[in-house]
Amino acid sequence: MVTALVKKRRKALFVFILPGLILLTIFIILPFFMSFGLSFTNQRILSRIPTKFIGLRNYERLFRDDLFFTGLKNNMVFALIVVPLQTMLALGMAMVVNKNLKGVKIFRTAYFMPTVTTMVVVSVVWSFMYNPQGIINNFMQSITFGQWETIDFLKNSKWAFPSIMLMSIWQGAGFQMLIFLAGLQEIPKMLYEAAIIDGANKWKQFLHITLPQLRNTTAFVLISTTILSLKLFDQIKVMTNGGPSNSTYTVILHLYNSGFTKQKVGYASAMTVVFFLIVLAISILQRSVLKEQREV
Amino acid sequence: MTTQRSFKRVKIIDKTVGYILLILLALFFLFPLIYMITTSLNSDERDIVSKMGSIEAFIPTEVSLKNYFGDPNAEDPNLTTNKGVTGRMNFGRFMFNSVFIVTCTVLGGLLINSMLAFGLARFNFKGRVFFVSLIVALMIIPFEAIAIPLLWLVNSLGWMDSYQVQIIPFMANPFYIFLFYQFFIQFPKALEEAALIDGAGWFKIYWKVALPLSKPIMSSVAILHFLMQWGFFLWPLMVTRGEEFRPLPVAMQQFFGQYPRDWGDIMAFTSMMTIPVLILFIILQGQFVNSAKSSGIK
Repeated sequence: MVTALVKKRRKALFVFILPGLILLTIFIILPFFMSFGLSFTNQRILSRIPTKFIGLRNYERLFRDDLFFTGLKNNMVFALIVVPLQTMLALGMAMVVNKNLKGVKIFRTAYFMPTVTTMVVVSVVWSFMYNPQGIINNFMQSITFGQWETIDFLKNSKWAFPSIMLMSIWQGAGFQMLIFLAGLQEIPKMLYEAAIIDGANKWKQFLHITLPQLRNTTAFVLISTTILSLKLFDQIKVMTNGGPSNSTYTVILHLYNSGFTKQKVGYASAMTVVFFLIVLAISILQRSVLKEQREV
Repeated sequence: MTTQRSFKRVKIIDKTVGYILLILLALFFLFPLIYMITTSLNSDERDIVSKMGSIEAFIPTEVSLKNYFGDPNAEDPNLTTNKGVTGRMNFGRFMFNSVFIVTCTVLGGLLINSMLAFGLARFNFKGRVFFVSLIVALMIIPFEAIAIPLLWLVNSLGWMDSYQVQIIPFMANPFYIFLFYQFFIQFPKALEEAALIDGAGWFKIYWKVALPLSKPIMSSVAILHFLMQWGFFLWPLMVTRGEEFRPLPVAMQQFFGQYPRDWGDIMAFTSMMTIPVLILFIILQGQFVNSAKSSGIK
C-alpha cells in the first residue's frame, strides 16, 4: 500500500518536472556550454571546411578586434549616461505618482504606455520625429528663436547615439517607475510622521528616509538597467545599423554581424563567452550589494 | 492661525506643482504615440511631409483609413501610394504569425513552467535544492549569451524558417518558473494532504487546487511572457527568411527599410501593431502593474 503510493508519487513528480527540464536542458543549458566549446573551434553555420579545434585563436582575434572594443565602449557610454538619468527620472515620476492626487492613476497608465510598445515600433516612430524636417528639429528651432541649425540626428555621428539614448529613456522609464512605486509604498508612513514632528523639511525627508529605504529597489533598478544597456540591439538595428561611422555600434550588433551575417559561429561564441562573463560579474555585484543590505 | 493658513497654502502649491509635473510628463510620454496615430490617419503623404515639423501634424487635413486598407476609389488603386498597408503586403499573414507564435509560447509556457515549479515546490526529493539553485542560476544567462550556439543548434535540427523555432525554445523560462515556485511554496502542507486522503491524484491537486489559486501569478507571468515574445526581434530576424513565418517586428523593420518611405503607411503599420496591445493594456491595467512589480523581485 505505502510503496504503491510512493511509486505513484515518484511517477507524478517525473511528469511534472520532466517537460520543463528537458526544454531547459536543450535550449538553455546545452547552448550555454556549447558556446564555450564552439569558441575554441572555427565552426561556421554552413561550410565545406571541416570544423577544427583552434585553441584560443578566437579569443586572441577578439582582443585585437577594434569593432568589438568600439561596441563595448559604446555600451559602457550608453550605460553611464542612460542608467543614472533613467533611474532619476523614474524615481521622480514614482514620487509624483505616489502623491495623493485625484486622477493620478490615469497618469500612471500614460507613463507606462511606451513600455508596452514594442521597441521596433518605438524606433520607427522616433526615426520619424528625428527627421531633419521633423518635429524635434522644429521644436528646437522655435525654442531657440531660429538659432537652431537643422540636424539629421540619426545620420550625424555626434548626435545619433544621444538620440537613441533619449528614446531608450523614454521607453524604459515607465517600467522602473512602477518598481520604485512598489518600493515607495512599502516605506512605513510612521517614519515620515516622526520626521515631520522633528521639523524635517521635504528635502531632508527625501535624503534621510526615502533614499535609504529605497536602497534595495535602487540597486535592483541600477543593475538591471545596466544589464539591459549591454544587450542594446533592437533600436540600433532599426535606426542606424551601427552607423554613422560606427558611432552607435554595440556588442550585440557585432555578435549578430559575426555570428549570423558572416556565419562565424566559433568567433561569435568567443564573444558570447566574454559577454556572459561581463553580465555575470554585474549579477554577482548585484547579489553582494543586496546581501549586504539584508545582513544589516 | 497663521501657521494653519500657510500650511494650507503650501498644500495648494504642492498640489498645483504636482499636477503641472504630471501633465508635462504625460505630454512627454504620450506625444510620440499620438503623433504616430494621427500621422497614420492622414492619407495625404505630401501633407504629412509638409507638416511633420509642426503642431499641425496632429490635425490631419483628411482623416481616413486609406493608409491602412488602401483607397479603392482612387484613380489608380494599384498605384503603391493608394494601396495601403494591407494592399502593399501580406499584413494579415504577419499578424497571424505573431498571434499564433505568442499564443502557443505563452500557453505552453504557463503549463510547463507551472508544472515544473509545482514539482519543485510540493514534492520532497533528493536533489530538490540543487534543482531550485539551478533554476536561479539559469536566470542570470541572458538570451543574447546563447543566441549564436542556439542558432547553430536549430540549424542542425533543420528548424530554420518554421513556427517551432520561434516557439519551442522559449516556452520553458527559468524566471517564470521561479515566480511560480515562490508562489507554490507558500501553500500550506495541509492543502494536498487533505486532497490525497480524499483520493485525489497529484494532477487533480495541481489542476483543480493549485492552478485556480495561482491566478494572480499566472496573469503576471502571461503578461511578461507576452510582451517579451510580441516584441521579440533579434531571434526571428535570424531564423526567418521568407514571409511565411515572419512575425510583425521583423516585417516592420523590412517595410521601414524600403525606399521611398511612405510615412503614412509606415505609421499605419505601427499603429495596427500597437493599438491592440494598448487596448489590452488599458483593460488589464492592474495585472500589468502587478507583473511589472513581480519582475522586480528577481
